[in-house]
Amino acid sequence: MSKLTLKTEGDTHVIVTRRFNASPEAVYRAHTDPELIQKWLLGPEGWTMPVCINEAKPGGKFRYEWADGKGHGFYLTGEYVALDPYSRIVHVERMHLPDPTPDNHVETRFDPDGAGTLMTIRMTLPDAQTRSAMLATGMEHGMEASYVRLEGMI
Amino acid sequence: MNLDAAFSALADPTRRAILARLAKGEATVLELAEPFDMTQPAISQHLKVLENAGLVTRRVEGTRRPRRLSKAGIQAMDDWLAMLRKALERNYDRLDQLLAGMEEPKKKRGDKR
Repeated sequence: MSKLTLKTEGDTHVIVTRRFNASPEAVYRAHTDPELIQKWLLGPEGWTMPVCINEAKPGGKFRYEWADGKGHGFYLTGEYVALDPYSRIVHVERMHLPDPTPDNHVETRFDPDGAGTLMTIRMTLPDAQTRSAMLATGMEHGMEASYVRLEGMI
Repeated sequence: MNLDAAFSALADPTRRAILARLAKGEATVLELAEPFDMTQPAISQHLKVLENAGLVTRRVEGTRRPRRLSKAGIQAMDDWLAMLRKALERNYDRLDQLLAGMEEPKKKRGDKR
């Protein structure tokens, strides 16, 4: 019943789709307004985003810092390439773990879907190896709790 | 099972093609080399990577060493991707709640949070 899809395409892409019961304008704002981003882009239970800097304009920079309150944390930086309110965002991002991962080029589309919005995120990694590394480890740091739960299940 | 090794094993198109072939049933190195423009040693090298990553196993049958997909290995990768999906879904569930709250204050003016 999950509304989210996550799949790979070709050698270097990852495609994520998700539907929302809200207008493209609202979903777009939730992705560009720092006050809103800090409320949901958190990963597992217990993690917070103490720093959320977001200049939503072409060439603008953003920086998100996550912390688990127990001394663990990591951050992400990026730059906006293009913004078409409220339908499309193009940006480049990298995780700092603390060494920066290779640049991930991301296009996010917000398309009207009935009374809601279909969001499609298309990530392009520099090569197949980088994409594999991202899928295997890149998001692990933000998902410690899920990881521990999974270990408990096995 | 080492997920790093499994995902980097999958980063190569020949190895993905080998896995796709093995998904149809077990095969020997000779059979696997056939559709590829590659020598047997080259295929063996790829198989070694896949075996070390826990994605392929071999059994002994006389002089033959047929390879097959490792169900446990494939399952571990599936589980990992399912968990990734779950973690993303968790963020978006929170966003659903936030979006529901964003529409409401518009209707109820003066209802500051």
